[in-house]
Amino acid sequence: MSDTHAHSVAFARDTMLPPAPPPPGETGAIRWIRENLFSSWSNGLLTIVSIYLIWSILSAILPWTLQGIWDAGSLGECRAIRDERGLSTAACWAVINERWLQILFGFYPTDNQLLASWFYSDELAAAGGLEAVFGPGSNSTARIEFIAAMKADIGNLVVFFFGYWRPLMALALLVVAVAPILYSSLPRKLLWFSLAYPFVAVFLLWGGTIWGPVSVAVGLVAAILVGRVVAAASGALLGMLAGIVAVLAIFLNPLPFADIGLFPLLPHVTGVLNAAMPIGLEAIPSDDFGGFMLAIIIGTSGIVLSLPLGIVLALGRQSSMPLIKWICVTFIEVIRGVPLIVWLFTASLLLNYFLPPGTNFDLLLRVIIMVTLFASAYLAEVVRGGLAALPKGQYEAADSLGLDYWKAMRLIVLPQALKISIPGIVNTFIGLFKDTTLVVFIGLRDPLGLTNAIRATAEWNGIYWELYIFVGLLFFVFCFFMSRYSMYLERKLQTDRR
Amino acid sequence: MKKSVFLGTLAVAGLAAGLASAQSTLEQVQARGSLLCGSNEGLAGFAAPDANGVWQGFDVSLCRAIATAVLGDPQAVEFVPLTSQTRFTALAAGEVDVLVRNSTWTYSRDTDLNLDFVGVNYYDGQGFMVRSDLGVSSATELDGATVCIQTGTTTELNLADFFRVNNITYEPVPVATNAEGQQQYLAGACDVYTTDVSGLAATRATFENASEHVILPEIVSKEPLGPVVRHGDNDWGDIVRWTLNALVAAEEYGVTSANVRELAAAPTANPEINRLLGTEGELGAMMGLANDWAVNVIAAVGNYGEVFEQNIGENTPVGLARGLNAQWTDGGLLYSPPFR
Amino acid sequence: MADVTEPPRESFRLSQLLYDSRYRSLTIQVVAAMLIMALLVELVDNTVTNLAALGKDIGFGFLWTTAGYDINQQLIPFSSQDTHARAAVVGILNTLLVAFLGCILATVIGVLAGVLRLSKNWLIARIMTVYVEAMRNTPLLIWILIVFAVMTEATPQPREFREGGSASMILWDSVAISNRGVYIPRPVWAEGSGLVVAVFLLSIVGIFALRWYARRRQEATGQQLPVLWISLGLFFVPALLAYFVMGRPVSLEYPELGGFNFTGGVQIRNSFIALWLALSLYTSAFIAEIVRAGILAVSKGQTEASFALGLQPNRTMQLIILPQALRVIIPPLISQYLNLTKNSSLAIAVGYMDVRSTLGGITINQTGRELEGMLLLGIFYLITSLIISALMNLYNSSVKLKER
Repeated sequence: MSDTHAHSVAFARDTMLPPAPPPPGETGAIRWIRENLFSSWSNGLLTIVSIYLIWSILSAILPWTLQGIWDAGSLGECRAIRDERGLSTAACWAVINERWLQILFGFYPTDNQLLASWFYSDELAAAGGLEAVFGPGSNSTARIEFIAAMKADIGNLVVFFFGYWRPLMALALLVVAVAPILYSSLPRKLLWFSLAYPFVAVFLLWGGTIWGPVSVAVGLVAAILVGRVVAAASGALLGMLAGIVAVLAIFLNPLPFADIGLFPLLPHVTGVLNAAMPIGLEAIPSDDFGGFMLAIIIGTSGIVLSLPLGIVLALGRQSSMPLIKWICVTFIEVIRGVPLIVWLFTASLLLNYFLPPGTNFDLLLRVIIMVTLFASAYLAEVVRGGLAALPKGQYEAADSLGLDYWKAMRLIVLPQALKISIPGIVNTFIGLFKDTTLVVFIGLRDPLGLTNAIRATAEWNGIYWELYIFVGLLFFVFCFFMSRYSMYLERKLQTDRR
Repeated sequence: MKKSVFLGTLAVAGLAAGLASAQSTLEQVQARGSLLCGSNEGLAGFAAPDANGVWQGFDVSLCRAIATAVLGDPQAVEFVPLTSQTRFTALAAGEVDVLVRNSTWTYSRDTDLNLDFVGVNYYDGQGFMVRSDLGVSSATELDGATVCIQTGTTTELNLADFFRVNNITYEPVPVATNAEGQQQYLAGACDVYTTDVSGLAATRATFENASEHVILPEIVSKEPLGPVVRHGDNDWGDIVRWTLNALVAAEEYGVTSANVRELAAAPTANPEINRLLGTEGELGAMMGLANDWAVNVIAAVGNYGEVFEQNIGENTPVGLARGLNAQWTDGGLLYSPPFR
Repeated sequence: MADVTEPPRESFRLSQLLYDSRYRSLTIQVVAAMLIMALLVELVDNTVTNLAALGKDIGFGFLWTTAGYDINQQLIPFSSQDTHARAAVVGILNTLLVAFLGCILATVIGVLAGVLRLSKNWLIARIMTVYVEAMRNTPLLIWILIVFAVMTEATPQPREFREGGSASMILWDSVAISNRGVYIPRPVWAEGSGLVVAVFLLSIVGIFALRWYARRRQEATGQQLPVLWISLGLFFVPALLAYFVMGRPVSLEYPELGGFNFTGGVQIRNSFIALWLALSLYTSAFIAEIVRAGILAVSKGQTEASFALGLQPNRTMQLIILPQALRVIIPPLISQYLNLTKNSSLAIAVGYMDVRSTLGGITINQTGRELEGMLLLGIFYLITSLIISALMNLYNSSVKLKER
């Protein structure tokens, strides 16, 4: 019926009309604007108000920023240049131009010998060669003047890349060390480098003899080996005890009441090795550490060192043993209940009281210890979340395989729980990293502390916006990309599990 | 009881190895090869880093002088930045060998905090700075004023005392650092900025229009600023005290960095100079130093007057007059005990 | 069969302590307890030895000595002749004040920003994204310094308010915004004002009673009362009546420019405002994310089901979405409140005299009692944190899904 109808009736259309263009208001930019900005009266009002707000903020900030003066030796010169150009307002970016290396690295010394012999060799020869300028008997005041002239001559960029090669290399290697943890596609052998990285970083940053970090690493391995061997021979618990005794003998004095000079073993080994083969870099005291580098060092070491402790605390908090659980809960709640700044003051004012008389850590180390304890409480909560998110079946499956507690944790539970926790760990790191700015209150030279030092010089006294903005931007860029990365990880891990 | 602690994974050889407490400060400094000097985080004219990270200033020079006396090298100093809150604890805990951080010598600090002030390198006093267009000519007219003040210092105690004694009211605006105080004052968030007069002068020197601000004539406190050492290590205290005295004495006797080598080459007519410069007697050995220690010190940093002129004198941006800090022969308070 | 139900009593062997899972956990706990005790004893012993070497003792007598310093913002009267203990209390009150107000403002801004981030308006959503990211990824300390600097630089000095100056007071000359703070009128309580306040409080109680009654009535009969209008009436009418009957006992004292500063009125100091704003803005960014996640966590089907039932959008939000979102929102919100309270210790950056600046700052510095001061400070923060989390957990359990 329909068939014949279609063939016989001529007034039915047999070709489609070309699609008509949509009405002008329903296409392109206009439609987009209407739908996204002016979909209703209230929305339109909001849009107009926000456009006005953006305009008024930008019109206040942009001229100041863009007309900024980059080339001046002091705030006074900046003001003179500003008046000369007839500007009403202008940022004095010259302070950043002159001091950005200081904000990044604090007073960490540059490798001046390398700089001089690579980029300043003619003048170095004129001054009498490497030995005459940098040798042990040289005139220190003349050396300082030589270095100042050299740095002014070769420029900040060269100083950045070559003078600070030690912290830069430590940072680059950090990326290499973290990569296999975050990307499971990378070869697993790289994990060994991740384990070795802390020792490499300490050697690069603090310098001194290479045998210090090496013998600490070897000592740790030795203690673990001792524990394993004994465990294989006579049971896990005795093995653990043997391992602890080995650690005590190597790193501490196990017999505090009978000091026979043999323990701890480590300094002796280091001393012998160093005497036999003195290899090392120039030792740099922690007081010279500063700037953005300091924030990265404190943040990174805080997170890395607190991971094991945090895992133990998280497991302890879930323990069926009431005393263990109680200890862990108390520790976590006390640490989390008190602000970091109070802990930092404790590190700076009180930690020396708690340690045996005569011991003296430098402030940076005390701060790292305190930050580690602080971060471990927060990490414990993150890991606890990961443990809780794991289906109960996983625990039961491990039990049904006959694994004991530690094996079950090591082989089944923790690998999965930690994987879920990675975004949380990264977020904790971002928080900790931002909180490192608080060390300014105990006198460490973090970026904000350096702004104080810079403002105390006669040239830059009275400047602050430029410094705050620069430091704030540094932190923002770093944290923003970290948090984006953590979100990406979160998404990736979620799809894995569905 | 001597214990050694070695935190394995953290510690680096030389970073935190157990230090025996039996060593005297002098021995520690010599073993370390550098002086740990507790310094300000930044105060114009007294301690501030230049673009290369080299510290300059009046207090810094004293540290360099001590380093020269003990180690022979003015650059062998590690400057440990200390806040006004952490400075005395850090010194007591042995984190620094000497504290030169414009700290006021007071009774309780000397006795109760177990510190020793070994001298005065700058006689200061607390003053007030106001805008000249306020028309205030005396601090007693400041009834009801808002006063910016750095916390954690003796200044806030003095301030409270001054206003209470004069029976006038004020509103304190505490600030954390000198830079912060300056910013608040310039923006008009406080009418008055109070700190040591040297600090006021240094601050005023950096203003765009310095002439619009006046420092009021009242000095409401005595602020003798000086180097501090730990109580109990008197040998070390002696070294710091006499290094300072050597700088003062050198100015009194006209020994400068320019002529000190020449004067030390052979005994001069003045036996005081000879003893100071070690060409007569064995004064250096009495402190466990080389006999020509004072020569090195003066050659490296100059005498007191030179240090003053170079860092905070009238030709510098800070622009301080000698005032109380002139030699006693010029009507000031600087008076070095005799070298004999 | 008696020999089966009665297993042979094994004699206890020492190795069971290690290898028998019945006893092992006991062994581990005893060892742990001994280690902890040893650690504590060692710490205390070290501390005593070290303090003795420095010639210091431990004592809290310093709390009762004269403080000697002044505090600008005092919720209870304080002068430099009062004790350190009283200074600490002034600081504690200041901390609690800024933390409390901060939590409120942070919640308001955070909820607003979180909802607006989900707005269909492209520009608004983008602005909110920028706001949240900027706040979350820059250290709080920098924000505090920047907000303080803006407050100091962007607002006029009190001298600008003089004749011919460029600034003027707002709201009919009752409020002055200057770079020393905001000055607002202060109510002056004359005789008889107690009655006015009492009437006002009574009418508030009345409003709550009315709402309770209206709900009961609606549940019982289905009839609704015009609650809003009656409440508004109850709120204003009795108090105003009492006010005029008593001969207007409550008046306002306006801030006036005199001498160096404004006098009269209440001064809300710049340091307080800067800290309060910075804390609130910073925390609100985190709260915005929490709120957004909470709303997104409620499945769309719930909204659709609600619309299918014929509920209006605002009723949907109120009755369907928010109660469910709250369950997701509250736990992380608690930890943000805790963070804000702890972060208020950054007050030192702007010179706000909180407990860390008084007890943990000036007092320690003047008396050299860092151990005792830090101990008290830590205990204060710990107790505050525990109380906040206890209160909020209580609230949380009241909105939690009731499972059977």
